[in-house]
Amino acid sequence: MTTKFSEGVVAESKRTYINKLAQQGTRIDGRGFDDVRPIKITTGYIPRAEGSALVELGETKVLVGIKIEPGEPFPDTPDMGIMTTNVELVPLSSPTFEPGPPTEEAIELARVVDRGIRESHAINMEKLVIEEGEKVWVVFIDMHILNYSGNLFDACGIGAIAALATAKVPAERHGVGEDFPLPVEHYPVPITFAKIGEWIVADPNLDEESIASARLTVTTNEEGMINAMQKGLFGTFTYDEVKKVINRSLDIGKKVREIILGDINGEEN
Amino acid sequence: MDEEKKMRDIVVPGEEIDIEGKPGRGVFVENGKLYSAYLGIVDTRMGYVNVIPLSGCYMPKKGDRVIGKIVDLAPMNWVVDINAPYYAPLHVNDVPWRVEFGDTGRFLSIGDVILAKVSNVNEMGQVWITLKEQGLRKLEGGHIITISPSKVPRVIGKSGSMIQMLKDHTNCRIYVGQNGTIWISGAPDGIITVIKAIRMIEREAHTYGLTDRVKEFLERGDE
Amino acid sequence: MGMKADFKLIDDNGLRIDGRLPNQLRPLRMEVGVVQRANGSAFVEWGGNKIIAAVYGPREAYPKHIQDPNRAVIRARYNMAAFSVDERKRPGPDRRSVELSKVISEALTSVVFVERFPRTSIDVYIEVLQADAGTRVAGITAASLALADAGIPMRDIIVGCAAGKVDGVVVLDLNKEEDNYGEADVPMAILPRTGEIALLQMDGNMTYEELTNAMDMAIDAAKEIHELQVKALKEKYRGDEHDY
Repeated sequence: MTTKFSEGVVAESKRTYINKLAQQGTRIDGRGFDDVRPIKITTGYIPRAEGSALVELGETKVLVGIKIEPGEPFPDTPDMGIMTTNVELVPLSSPTFEPGPPTEEAIELARVVDRGIRESHAINMEKLVIEEGEKVWVVFIDMHILNYSGNLFDACGIGAIAALATAKVPAERHGVGEDFPLPVEHYPVPITFAKIGEWIVADPNLDEESIASARLTVTTNEEGMINAMQKGLFGTFTYDEVKKVINRSLDIGKKVREIILGDINGEEN
Repeated sequence: MDEEKKMRDIVVPGEEIDIEGKPGRGVFVENGKLYSAYLGIVDTRMGYVNVIPLSGCYMPKKGDRVIGKIVDLAPMNWVVDINAPYYAPLHVNDVPWRVEFGDTGRFLSIGDVILAKVSNVNEMGQVWITLKEQGLRKLEGGHIITISPSKVPRVIGKSGSMIQMLKDHTNCRIYVGQNGTIWISGAPDGIITVIKAIRMIEREAHTYGLTDRVKEFLERGDE
Repeated sequence: MGMKADFKLIDDNGLRIDGRLPNQLRPLRMEVGVVQRANGSAFVEWGGNKIIAAVYGPREAYPKHIQDPNRAVIRARYNMAAFSVDERKRPGPDRRSVELSKVISEALTSVVFVERFPRTSIDVYIEVLQADAGTRVAGITAASLALADAGIPMRDIIVGCAAGKVDGVVVLDLNKEEDNYGEADVPMAILPRTGEIALLQMDGNMTYEELTNAMDMAIDAAKEIHELQVKALKEKYRGDEHDY
């Protein structure tokens, strides 16, 4: 089997149990529908990288490393830096992950994180020009999954912005001036929801993900703007559900952003 | 619209069918309302509302007579393509010959065409076929064409009237498998006429007055 | 999204560069049954988009490990022809088309009665011959026609439609310039009968009000597109004069 997030066959008793809990307004790990698992962020975990963050979202663990190197700009944007995003579902992190080229799950994950950062203009790309049309800074965001226990979208998104916000552009090493902090101006935060029966819960854990019919990720920034959305899985949402999810993601995103900013600033002090 | 070519009621997937009756084949019920699951025509009989698909693959039913092609051999069975989503095994116990283990190739080889019967189908989509019944056999020579299985009833016609008409006019032997595979044997110009007529039936299967138009075509001969 | 335009995308009268009103669709043409060998197929011309979709199956799924014992696996493949865009696109799947193939497969699965065909695959090939923004929603619109034409049972005919924001105005069905220089794009796939949402993506910068206005527009337009789909399907079976 190719790398899948899902764990294959789900025990019917698990499905019934999670649904029963949902009816009573609670979840398998005791959380409320809008509660996010505990978040722990360790920035600067990989000193060799220009920026890094180890994120723990409950049991899910993701390491994000930022490398920044000079490169050629794209012909249609000679006055802007470049950003690329990549996710590695490394086989050590789950029995369902296998070695090989990126799977569609990994590609989707990377692209959803990418959209949130790009569309919120989190990085001021115009400040990443070394010589217009010739040389710009290329920001590589690489995300390594170290333990998969549900909701990689949010763990990766949180890790990416935390790593970017603490990254330094290595200008000295490349002989083009003094090092400077990567200009991060916005803080996009993705919040992912899973639809279980008729209920919708935030930050699904592995068990919830394995029985969810549909998934929706909404990325919002600190100005209350919506920057990215991605619906997944075989089920559907009603329009009402979508609107409620967007509103909830604005609220929850705000809380998560405070945690991220607190951790980043704590690291700097 | 030409009265003779009047359309039957065509519905699309998800279209509500506002007819009193019990839900039959090709429909589904949601919130007490009846909807079509297929692009098809509405057909009400004996109190049931059905939708007959205008296209689609063959879904085997127990008792169907089908025409299949041997595509693989195994020591104890042949693998037969019956134009369904799944290949059907034909076990050595289901043929009228005594076959020793590993000797299947001596009786039917890859590419052979058979007229078989569906003996069993399970929920998993697995199909078993048999040759152990009067008339079932390997089909020698002739020519094979495939049509949409949903149009088989129109090719056969009411109590076989359409197919009988084709046979009478062309002196061809014709077997129509429920799976949409048709075997035709006879003189080449006869076979060509049969194929033209079948293609015409296929194209106009959903219109009224089809038998008369096919008859006209056969009497007019080849244009 | 993202590039800056040195021209206005919405003029002083509130009209768009192709003369449309904010809530107006581009011209749409659909035809069913265009690939003879396929079990079902459709062609959709939507603005400058030219897209063919063809369906093969249900057929026994291979390689065997992709088989699901409970249902059919829908495998959509979204592919852009090398010549479909201004600058030649390198043939074969790139990351974008892999992602789109995935979300389109998931959206189509939501309407098909997949549990009726265990262990099979239903392969849906979407070829973008010419791209003019909104290819994924035009592709999904064509794909659902092809599925219906293939005689595959479904609980609805999925409609794809996008809305977005250009020059600060919420608009329906972005064209290429609007997509390149606009501020947001919201591609959706909608089940017209129930209003359920089977595909939803968004990229750009929008307030909650702008986003819901955009989704309102797309959901409204879905009804119009659905009528065209029904017409195209019924058209195919309108007598023998019709030649394809």
